[in-house]
Amino acid sequence: MIEVSDLRKTFTVYRRAGRLRRERRQVTAVDGVSFSVEPGEMVGYIGPNGAGKSTTIKMLTGILVPSSGWLLVAGLTPARRRTELAKRIGVVFGNRTQLWWDLPLRDSFELLRHIYRVPGADHRRRIAELRGLLDLDPFLDTPVRQLSLGQRMRGELTAALLHAPDVLFLDEPTVGLDIVSKARVRDFLAQLNRERGVTTLLTTHDLSDIERLCPRMVIIDRGRVLYDGGTAEIAARFGAERTLVVDLAETRPPLHLARGLVVRTDGPRQWIRFRSEEMTAAALIAAISEQAQLVDLSIEEPDIEEVVRRVYTGEAVLA
Amino acid sequence: MVDRLATLTTYRRLATASMRARAQYRLTFGLDFAAQLVAGVSEFLAILVIFHHLPRLGGWSLPEVAFLYGLAGISFALTDALIGQLDTLGQMIRMGTFDVFLVRPLSGLLQVATSDMQLKRLTKAVQAGAVLTFAIANLHIAWSAGKLVMFAAAIGSGAAIFSGVWIAGSAIGFWTTDIQEVVNSFTYGGNYLTSYPINIFGVWTRRFLAFVVPMAFVAYYPSLFILGKPDAVIGLPALAFVTPLIAVLTLSVGLGVWRAGVRHYRSTGS
Repeated sequence: MIEVSDLRKTFTVYRRAGRLRRERRQVTAVDGVSFSVEPGEMVGYIGPNGAGKSTTIKMLTGILVPSSGWLLVAGLTPARRRTELAKRIGVVFGNRTQLWWDLPLRDSFELLRHIYRVPGADHRRRIAELRGLLDLDPFLDTPVRQLSLGQRMRGELTAALLHAPDVLFLDEPTVGLDIVSKARVRDFLAQLNRERGVTTLLTTHDLSDIERLCPRMVIIDRGRVLYDGGTAEIAARFGAERTLVVDLAETRPPLHLARGLVVRTDGPRQWIRFRSEEMTAAALIAAISEQAQLVDLSIEEPDIEEVVRRVYTGEAVLA
Repeated sequence: MVDRLATLTTYRRLATASMRARAQYRLTFGLDFAAQLVAGVSEFLAILVIFHHLPRLGGWSLPEVAFLYGLAGISFALTDALIGQLDTLGQMIRMGTFDVFLVRPLSGLLQVATSDMQLKRLTKAVQAGAVLTFAIANLHIAWSAGKLVMFAAAIGSGAAIFSGVWIAGSAIGFWTTDIQEVVNSFTYGGNYLTSYPINIFGVWTRRFLAFVVPMAFVAYYPSLFILGKPDAVIGLPALAFVTPLIAVLTLSVGLGVWRAGVRHYRSTGS
């Protein structure tokens, strides 16, 4: 459904050098990326900031024309057949809206129906279905600008699906969402993929999105593919490792724990890395409170920057 | 043909939707409306002041200049109402909103234009219409079928010429987003120029307005024909008849520049 082969995108950036002189510099945002996605697959496309994720998505959706390489989405060359492709794909950008800010959500859907020329009966059927799945009824008549981020994202997903696309591109769909909204969006995406087989490419910062949704992931960094394979393998190496951050009643030397390693301290705050399969967070907390008085705590999940960093420092060897 | 009609329906939907969105801010709408009206009235007052000191301006009487002003004003107001939103293209590019438009099966130009239709922009048409009515009431024009056709063609062609210049100017935003002011000098400045008889400008300005940025074909040449006046550019009042042609040409150039701009944007992403 998506085929990418040796895809490259080079930008020319100008930098001021002196009063009038400008320096020309070539920046390669995407540097020979290849991968393919089968129909019905749900793939995580992840990498640190500036890795080339968005540039790739822009080329796949036909916004940007590649510098070189070959790509095919739903059987079409995106850059050349942008309008045709637009009817076959759905796109959600987490950080910008495709809805009409000042109008009720319902009106945005009606406008999109006209833009995509969806027959009235199909439109009504899909709206009815998505209303139930995403529980849109409480805010269907609210102007978009008054929606919470979570509600808006449910609206964005509906908007991207009204023309029944074959491929769905999700660019950071959970960015900024609280845990409840995040879970809701994830459940919906999982169901969508399971029941309708919509091919989905998901970019995110949040490794837990991928763990929950995508059996396969492609990690890119500096425009190149660093890893393409099962999410379970990555999760076994990194996902299992979490960090418990504890605030103690007083500043103390690093705690000594049977399972769990203090990796950093800052005044009364200590960072303890532990592996989920060896011990639960609850057991670890119990062990700590035997030694010191706990004031506050939180658990940090590993993030993608951390994974990439560890690949480079040789802590992990991929593929 | 069916395709064109469907696009037209979509356009109408998008346009009314954005007007509906605007109408939510009633107070802003009212204030905008009042501000536009004051601006429009003071603009025409400037002309009245000139005629307070001079009986004629470049051989044109007050009602004649009012005719010119009204005709140009209506064309400009139509253009402003239809595509005035193009002024925000630079901002849309910076915010990434334009990318959202590109993943939809509809022209980007149409989506930018309808992103925020402001009815206040038609205030100018009302005010220009009033001036035009005053002019016609005082001019004793011998209306013929030809003159009526010219009158209608002048409004449409004027709007098309303004649109062509406006679209081309805005499309420069695809290369650089820093020149909105320069572009404004052509669009809003163009409206100012077309409100006065061309004779009051130097000979090179006249030629520039007639043949480079064809503002002379907005109101000026059609008015020559309707009012029966001589041409001050190259002495050829019959140029009035090529107005629709110039309009189509200007609009095509504007659309061409827009397409080139989108192409540039899609290869550089800047």
